[in-house]
Amino acid sequence: MGTTRREFILSTTRAIGLATLGGLVWGAYVDEVTANKLMLRPPAALDEADFLRQCIKCGLCVEACPFDTLQLARAGSNKPLGTPYFEPRDVPCYMCPEIPCVPVCPTGALDITKVSTNNELDINKAQMGVAVVDAKNCVAFWGIQCDACYRACPLLDKAIYLEYSKNERTGKHAFLKPIVDSDFCTGCGLCERACVTQKAAIFVLPREVALGKVGDHYIKGWDSSDDKRVKNAQATTTQTEISKESAIDSLNDTEVLLDD
Amino acid sequence: MTNFIYKHRFLILRRIVQVGLMLLYIGANVWGWKFLQGNLSTSLLLESVPLSDPYAVLQMFVAGAIVSTNLIIGALIITLFYLVLGGRVFCAWVCPVNMITDAAAYVRRKLQLDSVSKKQPASRTIRYWVLGLSLVLSYVLAIGAFEFISPIAITHRAIIFGMGLGWAMMLIIFLFDLLVLRNGWCGHICPLGGLYAIIGKVGLIRVAHDESKCTVCMKCKVVCPEMHVLHMVGKSSEQVLLGECTNCGRCIEVCDDDALNFSIRKLAKERGNETNN
Ligand code: SF4
Ligand code: SF4
Ligand code: SF4
Ligand code: SF4
Ligand code: SF4
Repeated sequence: MGTTRREFILSTTRAIGLATLGGLVWGAYVDEVTANKLMLRPPAALDEADFLRQCIKCGLCVEACPFDTLQLARAGSNKPLGTPYFEPRDVPCYMCPEIPCVPVCPTGALDITKVSTNNELDINKAQMGVAVVDAKNCVAFWGIQCDACYRACPLLDKAIYLEYSKNERTGKHAFLKPIVDSDFCTGCGLCERACVTQKAAIFVLPREVALGKVGDHYIKGWDSSDDKRVKNAQATTTQTEISKESAIDSLNDTEVLLDD
Repeated sequence: MTNFIYKHRFLILRRIVQVGLMLLYIGANVWGWKFLQGNLSTSLLLESVPLSDPYAVLQMFVAGAIVSTNLIIGALIITLFYLVLGGRVFCAWVCPVNMITDAAAYVRRKLQLDSVSKKQPASRTIRYWVLGLSLVLSYVLAIGAFEFISPIAITHRAIIFGMGLGWAMMLIIFLFDLLVLRNGWCGHICPLGGLYAIIGKVGLIRVAHDESKCTVCMKCKVVCPEMHVLHMVGKSSEQVLLGECTNCGRCIEVCDDDALNFSIRKLAKERGNETNN
């Protein structure tokens, strides 16, 4: 009895040890493959962390897309395995008005309310990413005429507009520079697809990657609607040795100066 | 020829079911068939009935995902289906990995590798540990942990949605089963097989052994991927009641003496009487 009991304890301990070891490797691997921040998701996808938890990798969205835009990440692609994404330079999202890819999602990983206005589908609300222009490599910024991306954009003059300015080098030509407005850009990538440079000089990045965040310290005083953005702002005051009394007291305090 | 077919009747049927399902999925993705869309994680049957992998849904639940009604219904349908059928029917009749591990086991038998390494160095309970571990990890990482490494899903998706390095995963499993451990993946490690072993414990379809006909040739045990479930062979007439039996029917086919057959589980009352006698 004694030895079998000891054997049992021993083998259980060993199993727990192996399980812990395996768990650490396994966990580290999953952490690693889900850390790719550069995935462009289908329209109406939840935020990346929620999306990864919610999507069951069924591929129904992929099958619903008539343009073969969406793919499931394959083994060896260094992307979160089996999750749907698209690469606009290959196939952009054509922003179908009926958005067939979204309502088929059985899990809520694609949330139809994110692309609806008053219960009507509205693909223009999609936020798959945002286009970014590499001004060094965009030929329009060199002064060569090109408005390929601007023409390709389904939200022309809203998501991309052309900014005119004088070309001082020639003195008689104009720059027609494409500028993206992230308030309207859906990240469909039709511009990236259309870009004429060898590697696209306008390309779509996930919004979290491409966009900054002002925070609560600045507000557009001339725009009353900007108040809403900071409505949850909280004041935090740090106290240091000097700031613990009021600023004026602190400045008038000569004792510190006379001390030594 | 007819004898060959008879001797492989369940195997042939299983391959037809496995490949047929795969074709339906491929057809849905490539040619837009509307019969069975999606994949084994979640499918849509006839554009209306959801079917979901209960293990994937369980991981999502533990990870704190909001499990949609569709998924709950889908997972319930699948769970009930295999619960009533009994055994690991999923493994032998649906899962694509089964074809790989069966092939490895076949080559192993042909090369007589088992006579070289008789003793199996690993326990068949590992799969339940992996199952438990995957749930702990899903909770800790707040993400379905097995779904990001599942060789089943990788293989299945590789076939339907494009290969990538999916073939490497298939090769690894084949070589592991061939060279490292007999019935290594499906018989020891796979947590999905483990879950189906639990679900299939009470179901109806049971292989039954008739000891009076058995000549103790042990062909059944050689071919069975879970040979411990056949512990009664040559000893007593019983049904195979362990959930780990895949209901593949191989033992029935190879038996030359009609000592094994599919049967319907005896009702609890009858069984009680039997043990009383
Ligand atoms: S909106 Fe249309 S083109 Fe874009 S991903 Fe969905 S189905 Fe495909
Ligand atoms: S349909 Fe939904 S759950 Fe299925 S792969 Fe697409 S996003 Fe994921
Ligand atoms: S990604 Fe490009 S084409 Fe699409 S909306 Fe944005 S600017 Fe327009
Ligand atoms: S044990 Fe796992 S891999 Fe093997 S057949 Fe069953 S589910 Fe598929
Ligand atoms: S007992 Fe028979 S049916 Fe069950 S797994 Fe073994 S060979 Fe297959």
